[in-house]
Amino acid sequence: MYVKRAQLSWWEKLYIPGLIGGLRITWRHFARTLFKRAVTMQYPEERWVVPPGYRGAPYLVKDQDGATKCVSCQLCEFVCPPKAIRIIPPGPAGQIADRPNAEKMPREFEINMLRCIFCGLCQEVCPEEAIFLQKDYSLVGLTRGEMIYDKEKLLALGGVHPGVQKWKHKLDEAKEQEMFKPV
Amino acid sequence: MDWISKTIAENEFVIFTLIKIACAVAGLLTMVAYSVLVERKVSAFIQDRVGPNRTAIPWIAAIPIIGPFLVRLGIFQPIADGLKSFLKEDFTPAHVRKIYFWLAPAVAMVPAFLTIAVIPFGSTLGKQQMVIADLNVGVLYTFGIVSLAVYGIVLAGYAANSKYPFIGGIRSSAQLISYEITMGMSVIPVFLFGGTLNLSELIHEQAGWHAWLPFVPNWFVFQSPMTFLSFLIFLIAAFAETNRLPFDMPECETELVGGYNTEYSSMKFAMFFMGEYAAMIAVSGLMVVLFFGGWTLPFGGLNEMATSIPMGLAHIGIFIGKLLCFMVVFIWVRWMVPRFRYDQLMDLGWKRILPVALANIIITATWLWWRA
Repeated sequence: MYVKRAQLSWWEKLYIPGLIGGLRITWRHFARTLFKRAVTMQYPEERWVVPPGYRGAPYLVKDQDGATKCVSCQLCEFVCPPKAIRIIPPGPAGQIADRPNAEKMPREFEINMLRCIFCGLCQEVCPEEAIFLQKDYSLVGLTRGEMIYDKEKLLALGGVHPGVQKWKHKLDEAKEQEMFKPV
Repeated sequence: MDWISKTIAENEFVIFTLIKIACAVAGLLTMVAYSVLVERKVSAFIQDRVGPNRTAIPWIAAIPIIGPFLVRLGIFQPIADGLKSFLKEDFTPAHVRKIYFWLAPAVAMVPAFLTIAVIPFGSTLGKQQMVIADLNVGVLYTFGIVSLAVYGIVLAGYAANSKYPFIGGIRSSAQLISYEITMGMSVIPVFLFGGTLNLSELIHEQAGWHAWLPFVPNWFVFQSPMTFLSFLIFLIAAFAETNRLPFDMPECETELVGGYNTEYSSMKFAMFFMGEYAAMIAVSGLMVVLFFGGWTLPFGGLNEMATSIPMGLAHIGIFIGKLLCFMVVFIWVRWMVPRFRYDQLMDLGWKRILPVALANIIITATWLWWRA
């Protein structure tokens, strides 16, 4: 590809228009920053507004009743591309779920935030809507161990998710069945 | 106790010269540190950023209103920068030529410091003249020393023994030598007008008001069109001599990944940096003395030798004020003009500016001869 060079007039060849133009632009920016505001965001103090749908760190959520939604099905563990999630199920004689209509809840649920790639597959695959990519984007720790988030931490950070309670109406129906007295 | 006063009386010149050297070098180093800060701040503002505004010294930063303001201004940043370069690992790559590698930073920095020896930074303070060495050939000395600075850069480029620093060194030798000539030629009209090579006497030539223009000081820039042209040429050559944009061929971050100082780290790199800024300050000082009346101002009796201490201090203040204006020009131009290509630079130096400078000498000489 050939680019035709523009013919400069003798006035332009003196570099003076270039200098004046440069001075005008630099002064405009300098004055704007000095009298108005720099475009810089003073990061730790000011933070940007995270848009909805942002894929930040994945956390476990609780339902409206404060119960753990996760049922330890391990689908997220299987689907996780970088293998960041590790779930220890309760086992046959383990602790039962803290909500009715759930067979089990994880004994341990860990996400290694150093491995997580924030792809959102765990959220997509979860049949219980128990894990969501939330808005945290700045995860810091002093050690590698600190960056492995355990169940308590994930639940505390995830908070309550006011979504559907999948088995709630089944439970209600079952209760109504028990209340029903044949005439 | 008699012998102490006797020794002092006998060695007064030596003692006061040592004191002047200490003060001048301390002042220069402080100015180097803070011109780096000014450079960072001005650059940041031109690029819509805020620049350094975090460094805080605990107790000073805790002062109610002034403290946070100083922190926002970045006043403590140079201290942090200096400490950082001392604490960094001083890494010597395995492939370098060790002796030259260690020598180069010193060779780059020393000439810039030597230059200030002849620059009069004030009139008098008490009985002492405010210039370290009042040489009759002050300007020749300056040009001799300034041209030594190129050896530091060339040596660094050679010692680093890798391609980018080498190209930087080659460019620098060609560039500095060609602009050295232009710079020397450009000031000759000033000496023809002034009739002396002594910088202090040149300042006396510029005292008072302009001969035929109202409210214009009688500085050499304004004295005649020829000296004004001299100043422009000197300014351009000064940019090339101090490796500042648009002529920073030896450094050239975007093409040469830092040029001659690519392989340097820690305090050795800092010495190149200090040398560059000290050279800027020295050349600014030279421009103030040659073209902008040195420590004089045409009103308030400030163009006479000082008779009292406050006047002497005022003269030093005036000199530093003028010098800082030039430093801001140096910094500002960095963002105004894009870098020249290497061949354009040589073309500009040899084919455009040098002939103009030569013609300027001839015209000035003819004019002065005709006037006489």
